[in-house]
Amino acid sequence: MVNMPKSLIFYFGSDKKMRDVAVIGIGLTKFGELWDKSFRQLITEAGSKAILDSGIEGKNIDAMYIGSMSSGRFIGQEHVGALVADASGFSHRHIPSTRVEGACASGSLAVREGFLSIASGINDVVVVGGIEKMNDVAGATATETLAMAADQEWEAFFGATFPGLYAMIAMRHMYEHGTTKKQLAQVAVKNHKNGSLNPYAQYRQEITVEHVMNASPVAYPLGLFDCSPVTDGAASIVLCAADKAKKYTDKPVKIIGSGQASDTLALHARRDICTLDSTVYAAKMAYKKANITPKQIDVAEVHDCFTIAEICAIEDLGFVKKGEGGKAIENKITTLDGSLPVNTSGGLKSKGHPVGATGVAQIVEITKQLRGEADKRQVKNARIGLAHNVGGSGATCVVHILEAV
Amino acid sequence: MKSNVPRFWREIPQRYNLLGNKCGSCDRVFFPPREACPFCRRKSIGKMKDLNLSGKGEIVTFSIIHVGPENFGGQVPYPVAVVKLEEGPQVTAQIVDCDINKVKIGMKVQSTFRRIQDDGYIGAIYYGYKFKPLR
Amino acid sequence: MKDIGIISYGANIPRTRIKIENIASVWGKDGKTISKGLGINEKSVPSVDQDTATISVEAARAALNRCNINPKDIGAVYIGSESHPYAVKPTGTIVGEAIGATPDLMVADYEFACKAGTAAIQTCTALVKGDFIKYGLAIGADTAQAAPGDALEFSASAGGAAFIIGKENVIASINHTYSYTTDTPDFWRRAERKYPSHGGRFTGAPAYFKHVTSCAKNLMEKIGTKPKDYDYAIFHQPNGKFPVKAAKILGFTMEQIKQGLMVPFIGNTYSGASLVGLASVLDVAKPGNRVFLTSYGSGAGSDAFDITITNKIKDLARKKAPTVKQMIEDKEYIDYGKYAKITDILFWE
Repeated sequence: MVNMPKSLIFYFGSDKKMRDVAVIGIGLTKFGELWDKSFRQLITEAGSKAILDSGIEGKNIDAMYIGSMSSGRFIGQEHVGALVADASGFSHRHIPSTRVEGACASGSLAVREGFLSIASGINDVVVVGGIEKMNDVAGATATETLAMAADQEWEAFFGATFPGLYAMIAMRHMYEHGTTKKQLAQVAVKNHKNGSLNPYAQYRQEITVEHVMNASPVAYPLGLFDCSPVTDGAASIVLCAADKAKKYTDKPVKIIGSGQASDTLALHARRDICTLDSTVYAAKMAYKKANITPKQIDVAEVHDCFTIAEICAIEDLGFVKKGEGGKAIENKITTLDGSLPVNTSGGLKSKGHPVGATGVAQIVEITKQLRGEADKRQVKNARIGLAHNVGGSGATCVVHILEAV
Repeated sequence: MKSNVPRFWREIPQRYNLLGNKCGSCDRVFFPPREACPFCRRKSIGKMKDLNLSGKGEIVTFSIIHVGPENFGGQVPYPVAVVKLEEGPQVTAQIVDCDINKVKIGMKVQSTFRRIQDDGYIGAIYYGYKFKPLR
Repeated sequence: MKDIGIISYGANIPRTRIKIENIASVWGKDGKTISKGLGINEKSVPSVDQDTATISVEAARAALNRCNINPKDIGAVYIGSESHPYAVKPTGTIVGEAIGATPDLMVADYEFACKAGTAAIQTCTALVKGDFIKYGLAIGADTAQAAPGDALEFSASAGGAAFIIGKENVIASINHTYSYTTDTPDFWRRAERKYPSHGGRFTGAPAYFKHVTSCAKNLMEKIGTKPKDYDYAIFHQPNGKFPVKAAKILGFTMEQIKQGLMVPFIGNTYSGASLVGLASVLDVAKPGNRVFLTSYGSGAGSDAFDITITNKIKDLARKKAPTVKQMIEDKEYIDYGKYAKITDILFWE
């Protein structure tokens, strides 16, 4: 037993005594257009898979954290923290259940909140779920809802769409760093290749650079195949205090670093249009806590909501220098057999992007890699993995670093 | 009827006349206006001065929107840009009165008063700024 | 008596144009004949984000850019149009806010077909003369609608002009104004209908010509002037033929009306028509020039003005805003398909 004061604040560079936290169970639904599955069915499917995988029993669960960007607008339902606890059959235990929101980073924010509650000593075992059911509304409504991750008053109101914002990042990145449309396309091609090996992915067909570059335009220079899809899906993990994990599982994976940062809501107010400072600072926080450098990362799941986002991500996470992201893709550094495989799951592009679920699904993939369970997508000797999840055009970022035990 | 009237009415001085403000302590200019300067913080409380921006600026980055939101659907394809205003702040807005193939990073622009969107056929109409090439 | 009149002016004409021949070919008509018959080559088309409010704001801002007044000293804004964006909620308050003249401001929107703008000038002149306000802003602007396939489709266009009226630094003194009005239903639009209806040839002799010529004749008789006393004459211009004929009937020459005749290049801007013509004259007028303006609004009525350009026009920074000629030449063409989409014809009920 660890003696720990009831409320502790975990901050950047803290050397306060915190408990280690491990992932002991993972669960995933298929991602796609799942007409037969409702919000409640998806989250309970993912949750029960994770709980069964973890070895815990229902009575061990201290709390739930649920990531969902906009259940209100997608299925007309708020208050989903309580809903999920109920649908999962835990209402009679009256466990605390909290819905966490940070646009597309909702899932990883839920992971972080769950992590903090264990690290600080308040909970021992926590179930984290991420869920989004996007296809119950018309396409235009889904697009409008996603755009709420942007600044409604000063970006969306004037006609900027969400792909439009990332397209503007791409235009500036091309202007300042010489990144090409072809390099953007290569991100999509790589991710589809990985996704073809992932039985849970929404899109499992491989595509070519020509497909991507000739796709119908969405917001120049981004076309249909530069953009992640609208997806239904759920993911879940079980977190446990590391020193208790062996009670339940013989393959825990430790969270050795966790970082979070915010930045201006509007893209136009950022320090540098081509850099997501929130990624830079969240990553710094996580690397410092884990006491490692970017070079030590063996595999990473990054937030490729659009192809340009993956290029910025590998720069801002410190894997390559600013401006070198396009070259890195071109030189196949980030392919499955490259020196740093990125988005082995297929990424948001091919695996799908059920917004609230994405952050949690990334942890599921990294955990599989570190356990050696990634099957055809397995990165050899993967010991340290990183998950990177972004909200909006970069106003929120959460980074987690995991290590095989 | 969809109605966003109070929200958008409140912003008329910003959308019609680019009303921002200036920190009385460090002279930084903000648009939209802020209650306090993020850098001077409490030193700036009560010292923020109203300032109408000139509307002159330069395109920092842009995109051509081909798939637009529902009530902009009839306007695609249209250019949207981040414009750096000469006083410092940057804004997001459409570029008009220009061949979409001629929009360039670095292009000098000037604000113009246009109809931005409305709350449908029976709803209110919202006017505001777009930018045209500085001739 | 101190001068009262225009102290500054501005105009705004949307950049998009469609050629009359293009419209005619869609309806299976001979474009060249129609174009020649109407005396119109092409007309201006508002883009989807332009309307009477935006045209009025741009014209008003142009007027303010040319002079030095404080917008807060503008005590009244009157806007005349047939295409106010709202049937109820004035365009004048949008413009008043956009130029910084609120809240100490008198505002109302005017409608009298194509002469609502000149009615606004008369009102502002009276308010200034009565010392109720220091400056008044009068605007005539329109984004005119015409039913597809109707004759009016060849001429109904978009544009407007703004005039600041005051007593100080008057560049064009309004010496006299007179109106001639009868109840003559030559052209109208019922409430709730999208497009106007008109009486065909009835819009000619008993309507336009009767009112324009009677009004002009009566005013000149009242003040004892003759057409040859004027350097410029401006008439309402629903097409390129009517104003030329009216001038002839009254005894004005082509030379006198040329500078104020904009309809061949931009079509009939309705409430903006005679006023954009006046702005065009003010772009080039010299001190001492005399100007005679007669507007016409269906329903029906004409407002006539006897104007003298003063020395002060030399002090006006006319270069600080585009001239009508510059705006006419700043254009891009579209075809009928695009025109139909923009002007919302596809949603006609």
